[in-house]
Amino acid sequence: MPEVSYYPGCSLEATAKDYAESVEGVCEALDIELRELPDWNCCGASAAHSLDHRAALNLGARNLALAAQGPSPLVVPCALCYNRLASARHELLEGDDLVIDEIKALGGGYAGVEVVELNDYLSSPEVTALAKQRATDLDLSGLKAVCYYGCQGQRPPAVTGKADYENPQGLDRLLGALGVTVMDWPFKTDCCGASHSVPRPDLVFTLVAKLYKRALDQGANCIVTGCQMCQANLDMYQEEIAKQMGKQVYLPVLYFTEVMGLALGIDETPKWLKRHLVSPKGLLEKAQLPRQTWERL
Amino acid sequence: MSEPIAGAPNGEPLSSDRPPAPSPEEAIRPDGRWLAQVEAASGVKAGACYGCKKCSNGCPLSFAMDLHPYQVVRYLQLGQMDKLEGSSTVWICASCQTCLTRCPNQVDLPRLMDWLKEELVRRGQAAPEEKVRLFHQLFLKGVAKRGRVFEGELMAGYMLKTGGAFGPEAIKNARLGLTMLKKGRMKLLPERNKDRRWLKALFREPKGGSHA
Repeated sequence: MPEVSYYPGCSLEATAKDYAESVEGVCEALDIELRELPDWNCCGASAAHSLDHRAALNLGARNLALAAQGPSPLVVPCALCYNRLASARHELLEGDDLVIDEIKALGGGYAGVEVVELNDYLSSPEVTALAKQRATDLDLSGLKAVCYYGCQGQRPPAVTGKADYENPQGLDRLLGALGVTVMDWPFKTDCCGASHSVPRPDLVFTLVAKLYKRALDQGANCIVTGCQMCQANLDMYQEEIAKQMGKQVYLPVLYFTEVMGLALGIDETPKWLKRHLVSPKGLLEKAQLPRQTWERL
Repeated sequence: MSEPIAGAPNGEPLSSDRPPAPSPEEAIRPDGRWLAQVEAASGVKAGACYGCKKCSNGCPLSFAMDLHPYQVVRYLQLGQMDKLEGSSTVWICASCQTCLTRCPNQVDLPRLMDWLKEELVRRGQAAPEEKVRLFHQLFLKGVAKRGRVFEGELMAGYMLKTGGAFGPEAIKNARLGLTMLKKGRMKLLPERNKDRRWLKALFREPKGGSHA
């Protein structure tokens, strides 16, 4: 049973509870043990790196120092947290002059921690093969999905170490292996506007409208993501954005772990899907999935 | 009207209406001292930019900016800090990293934008995107207090300060809040770090300045 360090991040305790539950459910089904970092702290998100560089680095350094004491790698489900932790690690390789003594006292070792985004971890050839082997024979081909990776998990490549940062393939391959009809599209890593949804929702609406339009043009009937910020921005305001577009939009925004839950036949999957604002009920019914996956949504 | 010139990139006639030349007062007087200071303080080699504009062509938010990202870099090279003080650009940047990723000279524009935000706040400059600044500050205040973010408190605090808790916006916000609560996507009680000594050390008020 592989054991990894796990950094859930603040959103997964609230807005992205569906993501948190599906991550735990899927990892349990695949015998991957998630060891949550003891007493982890917020990554600082956009706020810290925007207003206080020193704080941003230290918030990352503390989590990395905690991770240095646990199993490797450190797996992170939220793309923004992942980016902040990987950026801190990248910067700490240059030196830790800005790190405060209270955090240095945790024992250092932070620059050596391997930070991995959850969707990369779960779409590795090994895990994909395992998921395929344990999957039920449920036919998921009625799900016509575009995979939306977002920006923070990919860029900049000097920090993420990724080779296919302009056109990532991990989720496409994983979902394809599970029988989902995966549609190619050019907006895999385009920005959703992230935390601007609060102070400048108009910007997020403009960016998300472009994503909806392209996804629909591509023939998709759902969007699958591995980032909780993208999920929130695409799921929470869909009705309002569609009204502004003057268009009918019905695009449930699923976490890739929820789709894995369907494929693996995990009973709790409908409980996760029920937390979405755009109900996946119509999608699953039309995709001819068994009644028990959607009747209570 | 002049005739279209063969080979003009978009095939449209070139206009003879040029903007008037700037007056001597308006003309930029380059001040080279700034660049070295900015590079040393931010760690970004802003001087390496040769103006290819790849950053600005790929920027998903340039439509909402008053200065294109390359213009921010150019003004820094020329030492025109005053041109950046009232600009929305640094606050609109969502740090999506497209510009840095594609920059042939690897100028770290997102880091430069962050450095500028921090510098402008330190100077007590009113941000043209006051709400963006406020949201970041309230977020950081919550982190400084508990070590984790409490989304409920952050949203309530933000709405109280921006008027979103009153009037027609309030109804929309309350409805969304209730839906999130019903869906089990909102927590009523905060999580916090058990160990908070390091937070005190990290967010201690520096002399002469203040955090949110």
